[in-house]
Amino acid sequence: MNELLLLLLATAFVNNFVLAQFLGLCPFVGTSGRFDTATSMGLATAFVLTFAALLSYAVYHSVLLPLDLAYLRIIAFIVIIAATVQATEMLLRSISPILHTAMGLYLPLITSNCAVLALALLAVDAQLSLLQTVVYALGASLGFSIVLALFAAARERTEQADAPAAFAGVPLALVTAGIMSLAFMGFKGMGT
Amino acid sequence: MRRQRLGIQWQVCLALAPGGLILTWLFGTGVIVNLLVAALSCLMTEAACLTLAGRGQQIRARLSDGSAMLTAMLIALALPPGCGIGVIVVACALALGLGKHAYGGIGQNLFNPAMVGYAAVLISFPAALATWPPVASEFANGVDGLSGATILSSMTNEHGLTLSELAAGDYGVGQFGGLGVEWAALAFAASGLVLALRRTLAWRVPAGMLLALTIAGFVGFDGGSSNSLGSPMIHLFSGGTMLAAFFVATDPVTHPSSARGQWLFGLLVGLLTYLIRSYAAYPDGIAFAVLLANCATPWLNRTLARSRVGGAADA
Repeated sequence: MNELLLLLLATAFVNNFVLAQFLGLCPFVGTSGRFDTATSMGLATAFVLTFAALLSYAVYHSVLLPLDLAYLRIIAFIVIIAATVQATEMLLRSISPILHTAMGLYLPLITSNCAVLALALLAVDAQLSLLQTVVYALGASLGFSIVLALFAAARERTEQADAPAAFAGVPLALVTAGIMSLAFMGFKGMGT
Repeated sequence: MRRQRLGIQWQVCLALAPGGLILTWLFGTGVIVNLLVAALSCLMTEAACLTLAGRGQQIRARLSDGSAMLTAMLIALALPPGCGIGVIVVACALALGLGKHAYGGIGQNLFNPAMVGYAAVLISFPAALATWPPVASEFANGVDGLSGATILSSMTNEHGLTLSELAAGDYGVGQFGGLGVEWAALAFAASGLVLALRRTLAWRVPAGMLLALTIAGFVGFDGGSSNSLGSPMIHLFSGGTMLAAFFVATDPVTHPSSARGQWLFGLLVGLLTYLIRSYAAYPDGIAFAVLLANCATPWLNRTLARSRVGGAADA
C-alpha cells in the first residue's frame, strides 16, 4: 500500500510527465491559454491516459507477449490510443453534448499527446503489474492535470503583464514553463 | 509617496543588514565580496534590461527603488562566500533578466527573482555551492575551524545524524551560547519580526511557513536515531529558514493577496522545505519550495477570489 502511494506521488511530482520528462508539451502549451479549457483538457487526458494504459497492458500481456509479437507494441498501442480517444469522444457526445462542444478540437488531439503513448510504453518496459500500471497511470494523470491547471492560471496572469514585445505571448509561457520545471527539480531524488 | 520615508524595498534591505553583518563576522570578508559583486551585477542587469525593453527613461527611478538591490542582497546572502564571481554574476543576470524583466519588470513577475537565480546556479554549479567556508577560527571556541559540510548536507548525504554525531560534528548549529550561524538566523528573525509588526510584510506567510516546518519537524523527529530527520530546532535555525521565511517568501508580488491564500502559501513553503530537505537530493530545499509555491500563487489567487464572490457568477 505504502509502495503504491509512493509510486503515485513519485509519478505525479518527482517524475512529472510534463516538467521532469518533457512529455505532452504540445497540449501543455496549446490548451493552457484559458483556465477552464485547461481543466477540461486535464480531465479528458486523465481519462484517456488511464484507459489506454489499461488496454495496452491487457493487449501486451494477453496477445503480444504470448504470440512473441512484442516488437509490434508501438503500433498496437497507437491503435489502442486512437480507439480510446474515439470511444471517449462518442461517449462524451451522447452523455454531455455541451461538454463535447466545449472541448471541441482538443478531444481528438489527445491522440497525438505523446504522454499517452509514453505512459503505455514506460509501464510495459518497467514490467509493472496490473495494479501498479493503474496507479502509475493515475499518478501521471494527476501530475499532468495539476501542472496544466497551475500553468493555465499563471498564463492568465502573465497575459495581463506588461511584458516586452519580444517576450509577450508564447515565449513568456515557455519561460514560465521552464521556471516551473526548475522548481520541480527540487523534488529530484525523492522516492528512490 | 513622501520624500522623507524610505521606500519599502530599502526598508527590507536595511533589515537584512544585521544578519548580514553577523554572517560577515562569522565567515569573513567573503560575504562583503558577495554583496558587492551581486549589487553591481544586479544594478547593471536592471539597467541593461530596461534599455533593451525601450524603457531607458525609467532607469533612474528603477535603480533607486531598491528592488534590484534587494534581489542582489538575497542572492549574495544565499550563496556561500567564496563561491566565485562568475556564479554570482550568472545568478544575478538570470534572476533579473529571466525572472523579472522577461515578465515586464517590477510587480509583473510570477516567481521570486532571487530564487530563480539561486535555483538556476544551484543546479548548474552544484560543487561551487555545496561548501561553506569554515567559520573563522577565533570564534569557534578554540576549535581550529568548523567542518566544511553544512549540517543539512550531512543529513542528506548520511541519511540522518544521531544526536551524538551531531554533537561531535560541531556544525556550528544547535548549540546556543556558542557562536554559530544560528545567531545570523536569529538576527534575520528579529529584523523580520520588526518588519512584520510594522506591517511592511505579510506576517501570515512567515507564520505559516515556520508553523508547518515546526509541526513537520516534530512529526519526523524520533529523538535522534541514526535515520532521524532532524529536530525542529535544526530545521528552524539552520540553512536559510529564517532568511527565506521573512525576506524571500514575503515578496508581495509572488505570494497570494488574500489572508487565507497567504496562510496556505506559507504552510506550503514550510511543508515543501521539510520534504525536500528530508527526502530529496538537495540539502536545503527552500529555494525550490518557494518557487513551487510561487507556481501555485496564481491558482490560489484565482480560486480564493472566486470563492469569495460566491462562485455563482461563473458556474
